[in-house]
Amino acid sequence: METEFPIYRILDDAGHVIDTSKTDLLTKDLSLALFTHMNRIRTFDRKAINLQRQGRLGTYAPLEGQEAAQVGSAYALQDKDWIFPTYRDHGATLTFGADMVRTFLYWNGRVEGCVPTDELHIFPPAVPIATQIPHAVGAAWAEKRKGTTHVAIAYFGDGATSEGDFHEGMNFASVFQTPVILFNQNNGYAISVPIQKQMHSETIAQKALAYGMPSIRIDGNDVFAVYFTMLEAVERARSGGGPTLIEAVTWRFGAHTTADDPSKYRDQERSHDRVDPITRLEDFMKEQGFYDEQEIEAIRNRHQQEVEAAVKTMEAFPPPDVNDLFDHTYATLPDDLLRQKTDYLTARGN
Amino acid sequence: MATPINRQTEMTLVQAVTDALRTKLTDDETTLVLGEDVGKNGGVFRATDGLQEEFGEDRIIDTPLSEAGIVGTSIGLAVNGFKPIVEIQFLGFIYPAYEQIMTHVSRIRMRTMGRYGVPMVIRAPYGAGIRAPEIHSDSTEALFTSMPGLKVVCPATPYDAKGLLIAAIEDPDPVLFLESMRSYRAFKEPVPSESYTIKIGKAKYVTEGQDVTLIAWGAMVQVAQKAATEAATRGISCEVIDLRTLYPLDRSTIAASVQKTGRAVIIHEAQATGGLGNDLIALINDTSFLYLRAPIARVTGFDVPVPLFALEDHYIPTPTRVLEAIQRTVDF
Repeated sequence: METEFPIYRILDDAGHVIDTSKTDLLTKDLSLALFTHMNRIRTFDRKAINLQRQGRLGTYAPLEGQEAAQVGSAYALQDKDWIFPTYRDHGATLTFGADMVRTFLYWNGRVEGCVPTDELHIFPPAVPIATQIPHAVGAAWAEKRKGTTHVAIAYFGDGATSEGDFHEGMNFASVFQTPVILFNQNNGYAISVPIQKQMHSETIAQKALAYGMPSIRIDGNDVFAVYFTMLEAVERARSGGGPTLIEAVTWRFGAHTTADDPSKYRDQERSHDRVDPITRLEDFMKEQGFYDEQEIEAIRNRHQQEVEAAVKTMEAFPPPDVNDLFDHTYATLPDDLLRQKTDYLTARGN
Repeated sequence: MATPINRQTEMTLVQAVTDALRTKLTDDETTLVLGEDVGKNGGVFRATDGLQEEFGEDRIIDTPLSEAGIVGTSIGLAVNGFKPIVEIQFLGFIYPAYEQIMTHVSRIRMRTMGRYGVPMVIRAPYGAGIRAPEIHSDSTEALFTSMPGLKVVCPATPYDAKGLLIAAIEDPDPVLFLESMRSYRAFKEPVPSESYTIKIGKAKYVTEGQDVTLIAWGAMVQVAQKAATEAATRGISCEVIDLRTLYPLDRSTIAASVQKTGRAVIIHEAQATGGLGNDLIALINDTSFLYLRAPIARVTGFDVPVPLFALEDHYIPTPTRVLEAIQRTVDF
């Protein structure tokens, strides 16, 4: 099946263009836009790990190594589309327009971090595995019923493909031909379990065959491959062509979360030998003459400042309101819950 | 409460369910019915009979056999403008969807601070007593009454079924709507043709009495009534309360009744351990402890899985067992 589902790439590891049919589309503007998002989420990600190490943030799920997959996919979406992330997809949601302060707040245990920005349709990150896939299918189904051209995307990892909800979501997506993109980031590991122990299939993309669904396996560390593949899948969905499964083969450089040590289950030296998706894009830009040191440096500085400012705002955020413990459980609090709240607050002099 | 009654029809509980669905499908174009065999077949209990002909395949949707898929995709529909009314064929088959209900349906309002709600109704036939095959007879309501964010409703009569189902569909929050299979066609009563709602969270006095409060829901209401009739011949006056909503509980009605009678017998089909009866005992303890003249009694299923049907009559509470509990309570 690796032959039937070859890994599609536009760039090779060194950033040379392999798919020359796309050369004209790989403009400086696009390169810079993608680089900017990738650098921004990496800056966020590294800062979040540091904050966690200093006890200033809760347990955090790093995404370094997956920037191309997350940015390339989210950058292909439009404002009215729906995004259903997991806990490792804040790179995608930030690219889509999620607020950075709220993203930090989420990792600091604040429910405010789950509330999407303004009118953007960003679902709170799914913590159970694969459960968000049927949600995305349902939201896309709703768009189809309303006759719009908006689409939904579900993010999920390789481990999720072992869950029933992945298969149930795939089946509903194809039976009802909903405008959804099932975006898999195959980063090689479900916490400590390698993909070879996760499944007997050679690829994840082939699983779509069983559902009569188009699918493609791509290099998830080649941001152009991700972006142009997504554009095609999004266009198919918008024009009534139904769902697509995309397997973006990528690599998580670090730990599953800040609570585990990946050197226990794999050789981290080898892990770091992998080509960095940002370096690959930079190599491409250098080769094309798109890489202006000063411009890049300015982007880096801007992101440093943005992240530092977001941390400041997050840390200065008003303390949690105990009313929020109760008030959003139901549209109107049942009497008994209201009594529990009143008793608790009264006993504490509120 | 009920609007003025102009026309009414004698209906069974299952017919009242269909009538409520038809009412809301007509009223509200965002309502959808989804489930296994709900379309052409009209549902295994015919609760959706004729609805696909009337409202089309686009709104009465035969889904794949996939409970988590049905509930999971309905979440997406619900947060994006629709009101899915999901039929799970039997409560005993809901467990694949339990994760979706537990981790998403019930929590999305809380997790998004109200930005997204899940106005979804999950209908599920439940309970033993109709000689159904294995696993078809579960009464696991307590798995859901202990789930914050969800409401659980269980009508005992056709009139209540229609009013409560309409209220459930109109509720901005998710509601699990339990339909007693044994009550589906047990009796008919007049049901208004108009749309009306019964407030979720309100119990009902079925019979007023002085000596013992009997608390039941679903099929057990009739069992309690039979026991009450029998007890009356012994000079014991029972007050029968039909809970109607299992979460949130109607604290004031239960407390008022127990404070009057000083005795309570709780009847449910579910196992004793972890059953809703225990929450009712806690509620009575919290509100009415000093009014009690006897320990609160429970008549429940046993701490065993619901048996294959050859033994189900031993499992389900009977009027005789309820009567024994009433007598013990009075004799205390």
